[in-house]
Amino acid sequence: MFEEFKWLPEQASTVAPEVDMLMLFIVVVTVVITAVVAALTLGFAIAFRRKSESYIPAPWFGNIPLEISWTLIPVGICLVMFSWGVKVYSNIVIPPADAMEIYAVGRQWMWKIQHPEGQREINALHVPIGRPVKVTLTSEDVIHCFSIPAFRIKQDVVPGRYSSLWFQATKAGTYQLFCSEYCGTEHSRMIGKVIVMEEADYQKWLSEGAESGQALQGRKLYTKLQCVTCHTGNAEAKAPNLEGIYRKHIPISHIDGVKIKDGTKVFADDSYIRESILYPNAKVAAGWESIMPTYQGLVTEEELLQVIAYIKSLNQGQTPPRTEETPTPATIQNKSPNKEVN
Amino acid sequence: MASVSLESETFKKFADVAGRDNDVNYLNHDHSITSWLFTLDHKRIGLLYLVTITLMFLLGGALAGAIRLELLTPKGDFLTADTYNKAFTAHGIIMLFFFLIPSIPAVLGNFLVPLMIGAKDVAFPRLNLFSYYLYFAGSVIALTALLLGGVDTGWTFYTPFSSTYSNSYVIVMAVGLFVVGFSSILTGLNFIITVHRMRCPGLTWFRLPLFIWGIYATSVVQLLGTPVIAVTLGLLGVERTLGVGIFDPRLGGDPILFQHLFWFYSHPAVYIMILPSLGVASEVIATFSRKNVFGYHIIAFSSIAIAVFGFIVWAHHMFTTGMSPYAAMVFSLLTFSVAIPSGIKVFSWLATMYGGSISFDTPMIYIFGFLGLFTIGGMTGLFLSTLGTDIHLHDTYFIVAHFHYIMVGGAVLGYMAGLHYWWPKITGRLYSEFWGKLSAGITFIGFNFTFFPQFILGYLGMPRRYYEYPDEFQVLNVFSSAGATILAIGYLMPLVYMPYSFFFGEKANSNPYGGSTLEWTNTTSPPSPHNFEKTPVVTEEPYHYHGKEAAVVSH
Ligand code: HEC
Ligand SMILES: [Cu+2]
Repeated sequence: MFEEFKWLPEQASTVAPEVDMLMLFIVVVTVVITAVVAALTLGFAIAFRRKSESYIPAPWFGNIPLEISWTLIPVGICLVMFSWGVKVYSNIVIPPADAMEIYAVGRQWMWKIQHPEGQREINALHVPIGRPVKVTLTSEDVIHCFSIPAFRIKQDVVPGRYSSLWFQATKAGTYQLFCSEYCGTEHSRMIGKVIVMEEADYQKWLSEGAESGQALQGRKLYTKLQCVTCHTGNAEAKAPNLEGIYRKHIPISHIDGVKIKDGTKVFADDSYIRESILYPNAKVAAGWESIMPTYQGLVTEEELLQVIAYIKSLNQGQTPPRTEETPTPATIQNKSPNKEVN
Repeated sequence: MASVSLESETFKKFADVAGRDNDVNYLNHDHSITSWLFTLDHKRIGLLYLVTITLMFLLGGALAGAIRLELLTPKGDFLTADTYNKAFTAHGIIMLFFFLIPSIPAVLGNFLVPLMIGAKDVAFPRLNLFSYYLYFAGSVIALTALLLGGVDTGWTFYTPFSSTYSNSYVIVMAVGLFVVGFSSILTGLNFIITVHRMRCPGLTWFRLPLFIWGIYATSVVQLLGTPVIAVTLGLLGVERTLGVGIFDPRLGGDPILFQHLFWFYSHPAVYIMILPSLGVASEVIATFSRKNVFGYHIIAFSSIAIAVFGFIVWAHHMFTTGMSPYAAMVFSLLTFSVAIPSGIKVFSWLATMYGGSISFDTPMIYIFGFLGLFTIGGMTGLFLSTLGTDIHLHDTYFIVAHFHYIMVGGAVLGYMAGLHYWWPKITGRLYSEFWGKLSAGITFIGFNFTFFPQFILGYLGMPRRYYEYPDEFQVLNVFSSAGATILAIGYLMPLVYMPYSFFFGEKANSNPYGGSTLEWTNTTSPPSPHNFEKTPVVTEEPYHYHGKEAAVVSH
């Protein structure tokens, strides 16, 4: 029991030393204040103990300079902590633009992780040292929390939406991955390992386990789920061309069925694409009729991530052909007779 | 025939003891059980609460014991995972809603508010009794939920776990909390009106004892905050029973909305627990230093400030939910604003002691403990209002330690101090000073032993609500569990010597500690059924010791 004990947690990410410095600062400040309060309490208790039953001390109603100083000095201390806290916090929450992207799905009671190259793992996350990594998170059921104490970061994992966190590991090794938001019976077993590897080892690991890539899986789904029957990417299409829409500003005409101001745009990030697939009526692209069916209940969170990865990778002129093994949905068949496109 | 005796043997004994006092007082003027169960006397209602919340405290404490026993080893061996989850849920719910929230307001507040303002009773005595029975009914419903099989959502009831996934008795428990919430609302309402309308002649707002300011601020929070949690639990019930999508994203709801609503009440609820304690501290420090309270006005206003700021900091419980970073910054800054009035209070108490004539009776020893623990609790709050450190510490044992320092160290020790301070007034008897001081000392040591290691555990990363944990966390957990046994002894001692003193204690005179407020100077111990012989008239500020040497010395 004593062998494993450590006083300080591992420091294995770029933000960890920053958090620890701030931590140390607050520890010093609070220990000093607490010590002063304790010393004064005990000192006064001894110095002014009751020596005579008949003695009545003189009153003391107030002292303006004293009161101003014990208001303003704490205000100053708080402002320093606040600003320093904001600085460290922005480093924790704002990922660098070039971060590699990994997806994680939480469910009672496991973590399912997908790498861009197609590797999948459960309750384990392999990452290279020295490269920023952004993890996009969602949950299939209740709220979980993705927490890596050695990196000093955590992020709630909320069903129905994407959240993300980023880190850059600085030390090879194996670290704890905890679910830190209570999620039911086996909450305390929803733990995994983060394995930080040297770049070469990581490349080796990647090549060993490679299934087909994330986006490739997504491409298969894109035809299987018949997205391609509408999003054909050509002039006769019944739906907007999805080539290159990722991270563009898209004009929309309706929100939840209500007409909105012309020229309103939304930013096409992961959450927007997810919403378009699950709740097509939530935001309707301007100039299109909202005929897209909802895929709610038809795709798992993992498949959703694959489709999104595919749409993100989709460049000009890359929409796949509608192949024979993908019959068109009945509704559309009536209107546009089966014809090969592209 | 009509007067069929409802008096049991115990009640006869009780009555005989109280009857040893020659004068008629609120304890001995009528001995029948009905005279207690249907009493409209605020003092007797206070005692009804005292007995009920003590039973709830024992239950909550036993659950804490089970939790600490389980955490002695990394593996789950004493309880099953589900039982453990239900145990910490029940511990939280019982301690917060059925012990801490009613502790000082409902027990000491009921007993003291009319006495301290020179009134015969609260403004609405019947409503007061009704509040007690609402509390009682709420407790029965909550206990029913536990007996049926318990609730496994945590006291925070986060959705969609609580609304869709949990297979436990969430609805029954929610109904219990809904009912007990109304007890809290009505008590707050009653006290607010009492303080506004029933002050005796000459008792202006700035002559009110600071305990009354504390209770007043608390009552406002109870009145304004509690309806929000009632509505939230109602919505949770609607979603769970009717499947209306409010919080579950699969039904089109928003799970984070629940957290906003929940904390909008539950953060101020922390101040419902702590503000009355701060009031007790002002009274005790003044009396045992025989000095006026330094910066009276500022202390009074800081109670109001804490109550107001308490309503605008709720989202600091949600920094990791993925909220906008800008919102996080605003809430972080606002959270620091609560630290300032709390700090002012501590410094003003120190200045009150400065130059005083300090005696070390049990209530004062408890207040020394309170000062230490409240200061540590407040200081560790700074780690959590600072965004950069909160992300790492959130949802770990650091949080658990921090809020126990505030809510046990601050609120419970303040309650114990108050109970000891006013015990001679409540019962007309003196408890053993020796046992009193010993229990205060043991509680303080046991408390630190239990909860200090948890700060380190949290910094090391141990998540809260874990039933099993990695081996590296064991050493500190063993310390914590060992400390809990010491703490338990500290808590159990008063349960023996206080009831003992009620029956066999030395009789107390009307003002054994030389207090300066109306309940000490103008009533007997215990007070007569209608509190005052004749309506008191107040002519000076509270804590006016100077120039009254003779009066104080004569006790
Ligand atoms: C029945 C035809 C149809 C099918 C099948 C269909 N969509 Fe759509 N989709 C549309 C239409 C029409 C729009 C534009 C109106 C709107 O925003 O709802 C659209 C909009 C979108 C958008 C938003 C694009 C923008 O420019 O704002 C995305 C992303 C999208 N679909 C993805 C998919 C995916 C992925 C699939 C397959 C899983 C799919 N769609 C299947 C018809 C369809
Ligand atoms: Cu979880």
